[in-house]
Amino acid sequence: MPHTSTGGRVTESVIETSALTKRYGKQLAVDQLSLTVPAGSVFGFLGPNGSGKTTTIRMLMGLIEPTSGRASVLGRPVPREIRTVLPHVGALIEGPALYGFLSGRDNLLRYDAADPTADPRTRRARAESALDRVGLTAAAGKKAKAYSLGMKQRLGLAAALLQPRRLLVLDEPTNGLDPQGMREIRALVRELASEGTTVFLSSHLLDEIEQVCTHAAVMAQGRLITQGPVAELAAGARGRLTVTTPDTGEAARVLKELGVTDLVVTEDRVTGEPPGAEEGAQAPGDLAELNAALVGAGVRVRGFGVERASLEDAFVALTGEGFDVAG
Amino acid sequence: MSRAEVDDVRVASGPREVRRIWTFGLFRSELGITFRRWRTLALLGVLAAVPILVGVAVKIETSDGSTLGGGGEGGGPAFIAQITNNGLFLVFTALAATLPFFLPMAVGVVAGDSIAGESSAGTLRYLLVAPAGRTRLLLVKYATTMTFCLVATLVVALSALTVGALLFPLGEVTTISGTRIGFGEGLLRALLIALVVAASLIGVAALGLFVSTLTSSGIAAMATTVGLLITIQILDQIPQLHAIHPYFFSHYWLSFADLMREPVYWDELLKNLGLQGLYAALFGSAAWARFGAKDITA
Repeated sequence: MPHTSTGGRVTESVIETSALTKRYGKQLAVDQLSLTVPAGSVFGFLGPNGSGKTTTIRMLMGLIEPTSGRASVLGRPVPREIRTVLPHVGALIEGPALYGFLSGRDNLLRYDAADPTADPRTRRARAESALDRVGLTAAAGKKAKAYSLGMKQRLGLAAALLQPRRLLVLDEPTNGLDPQGMREIRALVRELASEGTTVFLSSHLLDEIEQVCTHAAVMAQGRLITQGPVAELAAGARGRLTVTTPDTGEAARVLKELGVTDLVVTEDRVTGEPPGAEEGAQAPGDLAELNAALVGAGVRVRGFGVERASLEDAFVALTGEGFDVAG
Repeated sequence: MSRAEVDDVRVASGPREVRRIWTFGLFRSELGITFRRWRTLALLGVLAAVPILVGVAVKIETSDGSTLGGGGEGGGPAFIAQITNNGLFLVFTALAATLPFFLPMAVGVVAGDSIAGESSAGTLRYLLVAPAGRTRLLLVKYATTMTFCLVATLVVALSALTVGALLFPLGEVTTISGTRIGFGEGLLRALLIALVVAASLIGVAALGLFVSTLTSSGIAAMATTVGLLITIQILDQIPQLHAIHPYFFSHYWLSFADLMREPVYWDELLKNLGLQGLYAALFGSAAWARFGAKDITA
């Protein structure tokens, strides 16, 4: 049962925005964004480059002022109470930024000193454990300018992990990493999430979102296209009913009678939208009846099933365009 | 995860408080990274070299027993003629030689780079989400720049004192007014002069900090600050502009020599300090207004 505050408002969301808008001159970078990130979720924030993800994150982190609309993080309005919120938030925004002339360890000490709520007595110990967590202990004494991109990315993550956080905001955390580095970061994200930290993860990589996220929102051209649990989003892309049969003509007739729409007949396959798909849910019974009807009509069925839609199908269905995996 | 944990997403005001004393950690960190940079050390090295050059040049020129340039106010920076009699005067000469350009240029580099340098390196966004707090960060940057003003001035003074003591005799000091004061008192005046010179740089520091909030390029901010410095110095030499000269931050800089009068002539010294305070207030507020409302997109 969701906990309600005295005002009766449900406070289960870690990030909540309503009609959040950022305008640069004539261009709308973020347009009327209303986002809800549930507590405990690994929330994927998906969209092509330039779709307004980073601008949104910068508004949530108090770096840029919204043109209009409201936002709250951890139940507090931002940017008004941003300094109360931020000590509980670890962030990686648009890649890591480090002091090249300082060692990895000293970079962490520097960022920790910037937080007035961070206890200087435990600073070194916390920096060491953060380094350990991202596997940089051995390279901690090296100057950051000698780090590879993957090491810089991991040091950026370590800075986000200097304190126990309630929310981690990770903007493209695997950008520029090799497959091994990506796997490591994703494993770390899962680990953190399992400890109860809400993770808000932006990415332009669909498979990344599918692999690690429980929830997702899709942005395109500054607008929110959809948001919800990943499973639902994929299901919303309406998996197509596929029947493999030599008797395609008869099968198509029977299926049409039973309310299957958008039928496409290829060589030995008939595909179509199962009835009730618009609601996003398909009662399994319906499919069984379809199958029974086909067999009853003498159609020789070789294969029968609904092809599960991927998030990529969902994205194409929602935006009507391919997902440009730039870079 | 338990329900209770999920529901408790509001920030509790209790566990993570801002501790007043902890906020100074950022200032310490800032001092650390400023004075550990090669650039800062190189600037200080150049400043330390000026008194060595002046001292050696004076020593060579006067080694045949002749006086320097025929004496008087004729050539070179103030007090240069007295160095051969008293090494302590090298401190005053070196400060007079570095104040018009070397010192403010070094301060312009450090001040101009303060915010813009963090911005171009991208580290500014991480400091702000740490959260350093914009006002706090600006104060820390300004305090660090002022510390640099003091350190840079003291580097010149100490280098000059060392070179002066090594190359020339030390002893009683003849003031500009012609009276003589003891060496101890002379040393005290030298320290006072160093402090006044450091304070003379407050205006440039504030100007540089403001310029630094305007751009995301550290180089551009440094160049602009140093460029402004040179422009003001040139304008200060144009007699037709004498009506606005008293408002130039550099106009009363050389008034520190008045501390070598007996009694001390305070008029221009106080004008200088007042002007520096005015610049600090004006450009400090401008920097605060600008930085407080700025969208950090770098």
